[in-house]
Amino acid sequence: MSGVALDSQDSALIPYVRRVGNVSHLDLIVKGARCGGCLAKIERGLTELPGVRQARMNLSTSRLHIAWEGAADRADQFAKTLDGLGFESGPLDADKDALQSSNSQTKHLLLCMGVAAFGLMNVMMLSVGVWSGAADMSGAERSILHVLSAMIALPVVAFSGRPFFKSAWRALRAKQTNMDVPISLAIFLACGLSIFETYNGQGHTYFDAALMLIFLLLVGRFLDARLQARTGQAAQELAALRQVNARRLEENGEISVVPASAVQPGDTLIIPVGAHVPTDVLVIDGKSKIDAAIVTGEPIPQSVAVGETIYSGCLNLDQALTVKAIKYADDSFLSEISDLLEAGQQTQAKYVRFADRAARAYVPIVHTLALLTFFGWLAVGGTPRTAIINAIAVLIITCPCALGLAVPAVQVVAVGKLFQKGIVVKSGQALERLAQVTDVVFDKTGTLTRTDKFADLSQVDPEDLSVFAALAQRSNHPVTAHLQNLSTSVGLADFIEEKGQGVSAFVDGVEVRLGQKRFVSSQATSDEAGLWGWIEGEAHINLSSGETLRAEAQSTIATITALGLEVGMMSGDAQERVETIAKQAGIKRAQARMQPGDKSNAVLALQRDGAKVLMVGDGLNDAPALANAHASAALTTGADISRAASDIVLRKDDLSGLTYAVRMAREARRAVLQNFGFAAIYNFCAVPLAVMGLVTPLIAAIAMSLSSLVVTLNALRLHRIKS
Amino acid sequence: MTALLWLIPIALILGSAGLAAFIWSLKSGQFEDTQGDAYRILNDDDKPLLTKVTSNDRA
Repeated sequence: MSGVALDSQDSALIPYVRRVGNVSHLDLIVKGARCGGCLAKIERGLTELPGVRQARMNLSTSRLHIAWEGAADRADQFAKTLDGLGFESGPLDADKDALQSSNSQTKHLLLCMGVAAFGLMNVMMLSVGVWSGAADMSGAERSILHVLSAMIALPVVAFSGRPFFKSAWRALRAKQTNMDVPISLAIFLACGLSIFETYNGQGHTYFDAALMLIFLLLVGRFLDARLQARTGQAAQELAALRQVNARRLEENGEISVVPASAVQPGDTLIIPVGAHVPTDVLVIDGKSKIDAAIVTGEPIPQSVAVGETIYSGCLNLDQALTVKAIKYADDSFLSEISDLLEAGQQTQAKYVRFADRAARAYVPIVHTLALLTFFGWLAVGGTPRTAIINAIAVLIITCPCALGLAVPAVQVVAVGKLFQKGIVVKSGQALERLAQVTDVVFDKTGTLTRTDKFADLSQVDPEDLSVFAALAQRSNHPVTAHLQNLSTSVGLADFIEEKGQGVSAFVDGVEVRLGQKRFVSSQATSDEAGLWGWIEGEAHINLSSGETLRAEAQSTIATITALGLEVGMMSGDAQERVETIAKQAGIKRAQARMQPGDKSNAVLALQRDGAKVLMVGDGLNDAPALANAHASAALTTGADISRAASDIVLRKDDLSGLTYAVRMAREARRAVLQNFGFAAIYNFCAVPLAVMGLVTPLIAAIAMSLSSLVVTLNALRLHRIKS
Repeated sequence: MTALLWLIPIALILGSAGLAAFIWSLKSGQFEDTQGDAYRILNDDDKPLLTKVTSNDRA
């Protein structure tokens, strides 16, 4: 993010400070802290400041807690210190932190896992005794061990099995089934049968099998929850960095800084240069230019004057504005768009996860099989007891233990690996959808191309450059951001700023100009995009092309095509420019003059023809298309809304991660299929044994742990996939 | 068989001790930043140590 946006946050942290006695507390999200060095730098840098009691960085969640003695207004100083250390930070409302709840959920799963492990180990110890000493042991002695097992196992099952029981109960009450229904059934039946056998003092008990089932499934559940927490947090982190505050003009004439959510319609707000507009507003004083790219996707600034409406999320570029809020931030334009997006995302949510699809097919087969076993044994003259025991054995042995672990284990490895490479995948489901993609559609502006900031200045004479840098620093316009950072000692005279055109001044009596081509050069006929500079008596120089193809775009498109995907491009831009960029990038199918709705319709049309589209975009204008596409990716530099709508966020300002993400998603799908294949083979071998009544608890225990081990090891193979 | 009367309670007590330790570590937030703690152990906090040494030297 540019320095402009940071400035707007400078005095805006105060609403987030909590006071406890004389000590102030602040929670921040810190971007970019990824290693031990960063952690030490941040904690030391802040604790060295006077009065700071504690600065504790949580590297896993990117959250920083600061506690200090004294007034709340020191908060800005910490943000500046962090900025100086090279870390961008944003305030965090600790009460609304979604991570808290997901954290407590993972913690609870971890607790259940610990308890299950304890019970499992102790029951297993007793079971080993029963099995190894079977020959020498009297029935009474065995009974004692069984009773002991029951005493350990039953409370543990009751405690650790709750995540499955609750979910199964919820599903049954809604007259549906899910994976947890057969799981819970198997656990209940295994425990019930074991109690019965213990009471009768004969036969086998399945306490260890029930516990192992719970433990291994909890591992899968835990991995899944952690994956969700981590990806959800990454998305939240991106949003928090854009946290908007408002400067409200109070009745006594003072300006107070409040969170955007506290603004009410009718409030008078001041929008300083470089600040985002917190809610939909009406201009009541001032004239400025705004960057409405978040709304229109157009990078060219628009003029606004008194009486005009500005939508939330726009960036004020030129002069401070006095405005009147006309809506609550929660029903502002941006929020409305978010709601639309959610509607679009529900189409994506219709996608049924692989494991659920497998479970839907699997559950009826298994239950029929158990029923057939029961009647089969009765038919061949078995006692009802034998028939029931064998039917239950079928249910226990076929319980989708490997299924519960097969998918999360693979997805955790794949998503973790992608995360290391700066690619945030929002959910395991997104990874599954990404693997099915057949077409990739790119947006042009901002996605395949870069605008303004990245010009090649090495060709420009250094003396001329320092003149333009001086002009740029006086103008302070974001378009000249790359020039403002250069050092210069040139003195300017008669500085004049022509709004929306450029700036001019005299250096030692020589006129210099910086701005649009037509402003800089009187001969210019075409309105060529970009930033131009001119020094009297010399030719005009291009200081920034309007738009250039990303360096990695061509190679990325080549590798994506090599994966067998169809590549296309859609842009709101004019035909000619779209064709030029498409040619450079090596894209054959390019569509120009597409409105946001057109893009979305085009994506839907493609999908009706059987294609599965991966949409890659960055602006709000892409958001509907992103939400409707089968899978979607956004760049981290893009609008919040497009990031929110996307399955994948590329953290680095670099497209090349896309190919790796698709490859990884495909490999993950393959690994999941292999795991399911393995589970099928395992069932193929084990079920006949169970039907024939040959499965002992020993076989059940060995088979279950072995299958889970194989599934996990197979998932770990994904680590070897290179980018 | 009488050995079992000793061994099973001992096993259970040791197991519960392990479980109690796990629950304590979970409650005290030791699983909250597994990534950061892995690095934190490597950051030696040598600044207070140095001031201690120099003040001892002066004394």
